[in-house]
Amino acid sequence: MTDMLAPAPAQTRPTGPATRRGAGRRLSAYLGVVPFLAFVTVFLLWPTYIVVTGAFQDDQGQFTMSNVEAVLSGPAYLDSFLVSIALSLVTAALGAVFGALLAWAVAEGRPDGLLRRCVVAASGVLAQFGGVMLAFAFLATFGFNGFITLLLADTLGIDPLSGGGWIYGFAGLAVVYTYFQIPLMLIVFLPALEGLKPQWREASDSLGGSGWAYWRHVGGPILSPSFAGAALLLFANAFSAYATAAALISQGSPLAPLQIRSALTSETVLGQANVGKALALGMVIVVAVVMTLYALLQRRTSKWLR
Amino acid sequence: MTSPNKVTNKVTNKVQTDSPAATSEPPALGGGVEVRLVDLRRTYGTVHALDGLSLDLQPGELVALLGPSGCGKTTALRALAGLEELDSGTVMVDGKDITRVSAHRRNMGMVFQAYSLFPNMTARDNVAYGLRLRKTAAAARRKRADELLELVGLGTHATRYPHQLSGGQQQRVALARALAIAPQVLLLDEPLSALDAKVRAQLRDEIRRVQREVGTTTLFVTHDQEEALAMADRVGVMSAGQLQQIAPPAELYERPRTAFVAEFVGLTNRVPGTVDDGRVRVLGTDLPLLEGSVTTGAATVLVRPEAVEVAPDDDGNGRVVAPTYLGSLGRVEIRMHDDSVVLAQVTSHQATELTPGTPVRVTVRPTPVLAIAP
Repeated sequence: MTDMLAPAPAQTRPTGPATRRGAGRRLSAYLGVVPFLAFVTVFLLWPTYIVVTGAFQDDQGQFTMSNVEAVLSGPAYLDSFLVSIALSLVTAALGAVFGALLAWAVAEGRPDGLLRRCVVAASGVLAQFGGVMLAFAFLATFGFNGFITLLLADTLGIDPLSGGGWIYGFAGLAVVYTYFQIPLMLIVFLPALEGLKPQWREASDSLGGSGWAYWRHVGGPILSPSFAGAALLLFANAFSAYATAAALISQGSPLAPLQIRSALTSETVLGQANVGKALALGMVIVVAVVMTLYALLQRRTSKWLR
Repeated sequence: MTSPNKVTNKVTNKVQTDSPAATSEPPALGGGVEVRLVDLRRTYGTVHALDGLSLDLQPGELVALLGPSGCGKTTALRALAGLEELDSGTVMVDGKDITRVSAHRRNMGMVFQAYSLFPNMTARDNVAYGLRLRKTAAAARRKRADELLELVGLGTHATRYPHQLSGGQQQRVALARALAIAPQVLLLDEPLSALDAKVRAQLRDEIRRVQREVGTTTLFVTHDQEEALAMADRVGVMSAGQLQQIAPPAELYERPRTAFVAEFVGLTNRVPGTVDDGRVRVLGTDLPLLEGSVTTGAATVLVRPEAVEVAPDDDGNGRVVAPTYLGSLGRVEIRMHDDSVVLAQVTSHQATELTPGTPVRVTVRPTPVLAIAP
């Protein structure tokens, strides 16, 4: 019986070839992520470091709060943030609603159907179709000398731009942004819709639930985090968009990214590079908050749709 | 866990009607109704999923539909649930024709194969969902949900979400949820097939116990013959959209009416024999014939392995090919002198003694057998 009272042998780490093999496997696993880490370092961490440090430096590299103060006290800068946020909210909302409806229509169709394949493939392209190309396409269609504008003027005597060039302002930007927000929403939201299991609907039916009851108590609550998360992603997408707005708007800088451009490239106001970095810091903070919320929502919904 | 007696005290014969009405009390549990499926037909393209299926369930009875994949058993269950449209036929429950009644007005509880719990709700909220739709007062539905979770042994798991429960626990909650609305009929669509063997056997007994306690008429679909035989009052074997035979488990096993039933339920040897004067001669023994057998001439006789007797004999009619030790019993594969192969069930002791190559004499116990055309 003494064995029972004897202290348990101490746990010892295995040594020798087995340990070396284990360490080798771990090392090779880490080596696999080196390209990713290198990419993130060069294209995300390093630029962020430059922006964050530059926002608090003057031209001589000395610490200063003047750049941040200039942004916070400059009405033009604050307005540009407000317009950027408003534009992002509007286009995220429009894109989320119409994109979700489109995704729902696709999800209801046959999984291997032609419509689905076409819509998903087209969305993949159109979601990345922003920038100068998209701006030019809209200008060539709805601009002062656009195809539709001239067609309406020639055939019906209507000048859709008589009240001003709406396409060059907030409304125009909203339309153009929504153009790539809707397909992005479809791509992001479709997997969540497809994660809804048919058994949930059938279980709800057999328990006495109507279609409305199912969407109210089951389908809606399950999808809402995904929907909100996708909408946040759309917000970040619009908030950080630059090329489309830059190509469409040549006069003034109503958006935060355009203000940064002015700060970096203006020929009339020199030495504003670090103010541009302070503006960029503001954008980084907004996007970081949004993406944190997105990650939290994704974590919650991924448990449900596992 | 609540004792069976405690639960039985709550059971009454009152049956919930199909219209969910506002009430402060949940409907009483229990009470079985008669179910009749009459000449159900359903075709997908050229496939006849249901080909004139007719089936009656007595009040409180548990009937299992057994058959291979694609035989139409799930289609039959879904048709009863209202989840599948029929080309023709009639579904009657408690004397009422509900063929055209939509699923959410049929008052049937259903347990699916897996993954049917609402992931955004706790176990308690899942169970209470049907009562919530019936506008049962919050306190009453919570009480009912807790009672049912106790009944299925998950009283302490009420606040857990489905992803925090094991597969077996999820199916127990699904059973409790199906029973919470006091359904007229309980439908079980292969509820154990996604579980591992040990949990499956445990939950099988659990479902049967709960079903007996609440007395709800139950249709159970499975492709696992052991499950069907162990749980059901009667087992219906389906093939190609038709019911081949429906009978109590022992009768189905011992007196199969068709070769399909004999071979699908349990193991069966196909042994050559000769039918004459209402009996068949197989391996030197005259055996009585079951209904549905051929009436004369050469036949293939379907003999269960447990009806085959084996004894070592140097002048025997076969030779052991492969013995299999299965713990509590054994099986021996024997090659007969006419080159046919016969499987015999033996004791585990015999299985160890009958080594490959041992000459044996094979005979058949005088039990009724089915003889079909060769």
